[in-house]
Amino acid sequence: MSTAVIQTTNLRKTYAEKAAVDGLELTVKEGQVFGLLGPNGAGKTTTTMMLITLLRPDSGKALVLGKDVVTEADAVRKSIGYVPQDPASDRYLTGRENLQLFASLYEVPKADQADRIRAIVDLLDLGEHLDKLVKKYSGGMRKKLDIAAGLLHEPKLIFLDEPSLGLDVSVRRAVWDHIHGLKKKGTTVFLCTNYMDEAEELCDDIAIIDRGRIVARGTPDELKSGLGGDVVCISPSSNEEKVQSQLKETLSKLDFVSGTGQDGKKILVYVDANETALPKVLDAARSASIEIGSISYTRPGLEEVFLKHTGAHFTQRNEDVSGKPKKKRR
Amino acid sequence: MSATSAQLTRYFQRLKREPFTTLFSLTQPVIWLLFYANLMRHADFKDATVADYPTFMLAGIISFTVFSNSLGGGIPLLFDKENGFLHRLLATPAPRSSILLSRFINILIISVAQVLIIVGLSMLILDTSIETGILGFLMILLITTLLGFGLTILSLVLVFSLSGHASFFALLSFITLPALFLSPALVPLESMPDWMRWMAYANPMTHAVQAMRGLVITGWDFGQIFTSLGILAVIDVLCLGLGVRVLKRHLG
Ligand SMILES: Nc1ncnc2c1ncn2[C@@H]1O[C@H](COP(=O)(O)OP(=O)(O)OP(=O)(O)O)[C@@H](O)[C@H]1O
Ligand SMILES: [Mg+2]
Repeated sequence: MSTAVIQTTNLRKTYAEKAAVDGLELTVKEGQVFGLLGPNGAGKTTTTMMLITLLRPDSGKALVLGKDVVTEADAVRKSIGYVPQDPASDRYLTGRENLQLFASLYEVPKADQADRIRAIVDLLDLGEHLDKLVKKYSGGMRKKLDIAAGLLHEPKLIFLDEPSLGLDVSVRRAVWDHIHGLKKKGTTVFLCTNYMDEAEELCDDIAIIDRGRIVARGTPDELKSGLGGDVVCISPSSNEEKVQSQLKETLSKLDFVSGTGQDGKKILVYVDANETALPKVLDAARSASIEIGSISYTRPGLEEVFLKHTGAHFTQRNEDVSGKPKKKRR
Repeated sequence: MSATSAQLTRYFQRLKREPFTTLFSLTQPVIWLLFYANLMRHADFKDATVADYPTFMLAGIISFTVFSNSLGGGIPLLFDKENGFLHRLLATPAPRSSILLSRFINILIISVAQVLIIVGLSMLILDTSIETGILGFLMILLITTLLGFGLTILSLVLVFSLSGHASFFALLSFITLPALFLSPALVPLESMPDWMRWMAYANPMTHAVQAMRGLVITGWDFGQIFTSLGILAVIDVLCLGLGVRVLKRHLG
């Protein structure tokens, strides 16, 4: 039903014999917020640069809005917006002058420029700083200015490379609200991020990449269910092993339980994402006359998904960089 | 066209913010006129007759000023490249040629302003004049344009092919002095050692100086003028060819 706005086949980019993007196959559907997640150096920015026509792929093909990024680069550039990872406005111009420059370069009609600038600036709350030189802006203000400049021409598809990097909580919220608004208007958003809460909040569709390859793909819910569903953690008040195994046995027979495990005294019950699992488990224990000491229910988040797919060498790489291991996750 | 004017606006907005930089760069050639011209006033060139050194030097100072301006023409883009602004420019649908064109026009306007200051001041304080009058002056501006065009492109080529601003500035200062000495800007071509004169012929500045000097001192020598214009035009075309190739590779 909805058409592909981005379609890549076997996209590849190599830096000095090291593949930054390694045979990427990606489809992004119209009107969606697509999240590209991955640890530092995974190839998110490199992928973005190829899609926005600034980096020529070594091999493979990428179509953006149906146009080839290499042979029809001009057509691609006209209909996309881009906000880079690191703020990069002209520091010796004012915010307004920067916005005017980009409005002109993106061929926003002169008559509309002032209105467009006012609207986007109000939204991002940049108004009072608009006529100050950018070199006097804080990092967050610069980021906001870049976001504003990338959206001025109301593109059909916008590339945001880590949009909330360095933003305070309220601005981050405003940016998120704006992304929700864009989606309502039918804009497709290609979002690179390291923040799982951001992906959770915004993305309809996610690809996790690592070392230039896609390691997981799906909607946030699909990815989370892929971990084996939600977990009910239950322990009987009795310490007898017989009681524990009896409980485990009883619960494993329930039809909504996909598996069980044991962690010391605790019985782990994997259930399909299902809000009624908890009371049902309690009922089953009660009808088997087993007294329950404690029970908890956890739903794995994207963070767990991310760590499962990229975790191992993620920590390893951090050690490489800092010389000492980062706090390990359990 | 609107992309070019939008980028030009940017360059002039920056210029306006840095009045001292502008002032210094506009008056820098005055130093040559004030000190160097007086220093050399009584110099004796054995193989050539230089009647009045300030008048002789005028063409040299104009050419050298245009030469340095143009070779530095890529500097703003050097920093744009390093801080990521260039990527944002390139992600817009602005034609690639507008990046080049806006740099060239910006440099040309500054150069013309400097030529006006140089000619005006040397008339005032050094009592020089241009033999061919106002038309000759317009011809000098045309030569300025042809000299500046190729060199501005060369500057952009360096910006995009060198690794960063350190090597760019190192190369720039390495080129500038030899280019000045391997040209007739400060001494007559005939007084140069043979081997240096031959090298000077490969220097675009040489041809600009020769044509302008004729216009200032002797009058309309169309043979000389068209030869120089022709050579400068060929150099421009070569630079443009190189530029298009390099910029295609780096700008996509
Ligand atoms: N210009 C370059 N020259 C050489 N190697 C590069 C260059 N740009 C990126 N790389 C390498 O390509 C790989 C992917 O980098 P990329 O910037 O795409 O990662 P990323 O996913 O955006 O990371 P981050 O989250 O840190 O922004 C890294 O190993 C990086 O070192
Ligand atoms: Mg990145």
